[in-house]
Amino acid sequence: MDNPYMPYPVRIDDIEIATEDKSLKTFKFVFLNKEDEEKFSYQAGQFAELSIPGVGEIPIGIASSPVEKGFVKFTVFKTGVVTSHLHNMKVGDIMGIRGPLGNWYPWDKLEGKNVVIIGGGFAFTTLRSSIIYMLDPANRSKFGTIDVVYGARSPGMLLYRDELFEWEQRDDINMHITVDGTDDPDWKYNVGFVPTIVEQKAPKADPDTYAIVCGPPIMIKFTQPALEKLGYGEEQIIMSLENRMKCGIGMCGRCNIGKELVCKDGPVFTLKEINLTPKEY
Amino acid sequence: MKVIKIDKNDWTRGIDKSRETYQLFGPVTDKNQSVFKQLGKEAYPEMGRTDTIMSPKSVLFPQTEKILTASLDESVENHHIMQMPETDTTPRAAIGIRPYDAKAVQLVKLNFDTPEYRDTYWCDAYEATTFVGLAVNKPSATDFSTSMGSGPFAEEGLDILLVDLEDHYLAKVLTPKGEAFLDGAGFNGVADTDASLKTIEGMKQAAEAAITTKVPTDKLKDKTILDLHSAPFWDDLAFSCINCGTCTFVCPTCWCFDIQDETKGKSTSRFRNWDSCMSPLFTKHGSGHNPRGEKTQRVRQRFMHKLKYFLDKYDQGSMCVGCGRCVEKCPVNIDIRSICNTMNSYEPQK
Repeated sequence: MDNPYMPYPVRIDDIEIATEDKSLKTFKFVFLNKEDEEKFSYQAGQFAELSIPGVGEIPIGIASSPVEKGFVKFTVFKTGVVTSHLHNMKVGDIMGIRGPLGNWYPWDKLEGKNVVIIGGGFAFTTLRSSIIYMLDPANRSKFGTIDVVYGARSPGMLLYRDELFEWEQRDDINMHITVDGTDDPDWKYNVGFVPTIVEQKAPKADPDTYAIVCGPPIMIKFTQPALEKLGYGEEQIIMSLENRMKCGIGMCGRCNIGKELVCKDGPVFTLKEINLTPKEY
Repeated sequence: MKVIKIDKNDWTRGIDKSRETYQLFGPVTDKNQSVFKQLGKEAYPEMGRTDTIMSPKSVLFPQTEKILTASLDESVENHHIMQMPETDTTPRAAIGIRPYDAKAVQLVKLNFDTPEYRDTYWCDAYEATTFVGLAVNKPSATDFSTSMGSGPFAEEGLDILLVDLEDHYLAKVLTPKGEAFLDGAGFNGVADTDASLKTIEGMKQAAEAAITTKVPTDKLKDKTILDLHSAPFWDDLAFSCINCGTCTFVCPTCWCFDIQDETKGKSTSRFRNWDSCMSPLFTKHGSGHNPRGEKTQRVRQRFMHKLKYFLDKYDQGSMCVGCGRCVEKCPVNIDIRSICNTMNSYEPQK
């Protein structure tokens, strides 16, 4: 077995500013060794440790999709020592990636089902990975209807805007883009908080419909009752959690919620599972 | 079962001989404190000590350990690419480790050696180590190991169990690793097995009987995590805690760690350091949000992890071996024995 603390060396291939306030950037990495890309075989919903020698590591959801080959992408919010350093790095710089880590959205269970994706703010990364995965021509027929409720503070804070508007044009995915508020008179999508739009636009629950929720704790807190109002059971609500992490492999001891380790047993849990654990996230 | 008799007059000679093959670790006095550490060339394990202040966990899990290195000099090959530092995996022996501490190693192994991931550093050190245990003839007042699946003469996790009989040791050979150590030390005087085992059994019963504290854990399994977590007693139990972290520091089963990079000039190293769930920073998010920001939450985390989460996760008993170090060292007298009692006897309101 390989040393789980050893990152794969990668080169920064591209950096894109992701939001109007420049607090988020999307980094595209290419593995220095081709065989490492194969070892880094991942599923939508997993995360990885971005590893900068001399600075440290950060656990970040994988924003690229398993169906996108030749690179991996991460969208990173500038907030601490490592993320600030990363925001100042340049194309061509060498660093490391450790992973893939954690579990993923239950793609086996979701086959043949309708999927409602609910995301807020910058927690849309693994949801983007999931949408790209489901819309891939090889996969689209495996799923029923796909609805997406995605909201941000303002139009300029929405991640992956080009893709969002492209998905808007498609007839095999129902987009419900929303912003908390905007003074743009041309804004033609929703205005309102995510939980409200969920209540208004998301499909009513039936046994074949599952909701995947990823967002800040406050959005999760208020989306839960909205989904329950629509009739979703606690096994039909799938959530991705985050906690402070170091090792990412279930050993360093800080990310637990009860006996579950968010990094290894999660980050994806059903609401039913979460309801059995202390809310220490 | 083979039992070897070691005359104490031969002890230091054998220890010296074993140094040819093994790096030795054992109890020694350092700055007036009894600690378990690597023995210098002239040092011998202090076998008469009742216990060490610090547990021997550092034999496998140093307080600070270099795990990776890299050069940041862009003019050299492989700059910014992490490499394994040189690690020493030559045979080592932990001499005089107490049975409860050897049991603790087995519990910690469940964390570091998992079906999904193998912690290279801990596991390599574990495999390199021979555990030469010393039975506890006179248990301390805070020893409650018999309640926690161990005991003064328990053998789990040991390769050899030494029993001190004043002028000689009887060494129960428990594994081939243990046999190899005794061979290497030149301890080869085979004792009469039946008679020796009878002697040892008698001493074992006496030592076990000397531990009068009984800490029941039998009802922890049937309670739910949420019932115990939401029990009304946590604020009271945590009230006097000053979050100093001593309990986690001395505990043989506390394995939590932090990872930090340190750079000097153009070379950097990634270290793993012991960490503590008693520190608020341990769980603080980048956003400032902290799921265990309050003292009570952290105290609850420690005892719930030891006595409930671990039990539910692995079904291998508590993550406590009853060594009593935290009881003895806590500056405000928080006592895991009484907390365990409180948890075990708690009847949730239905």
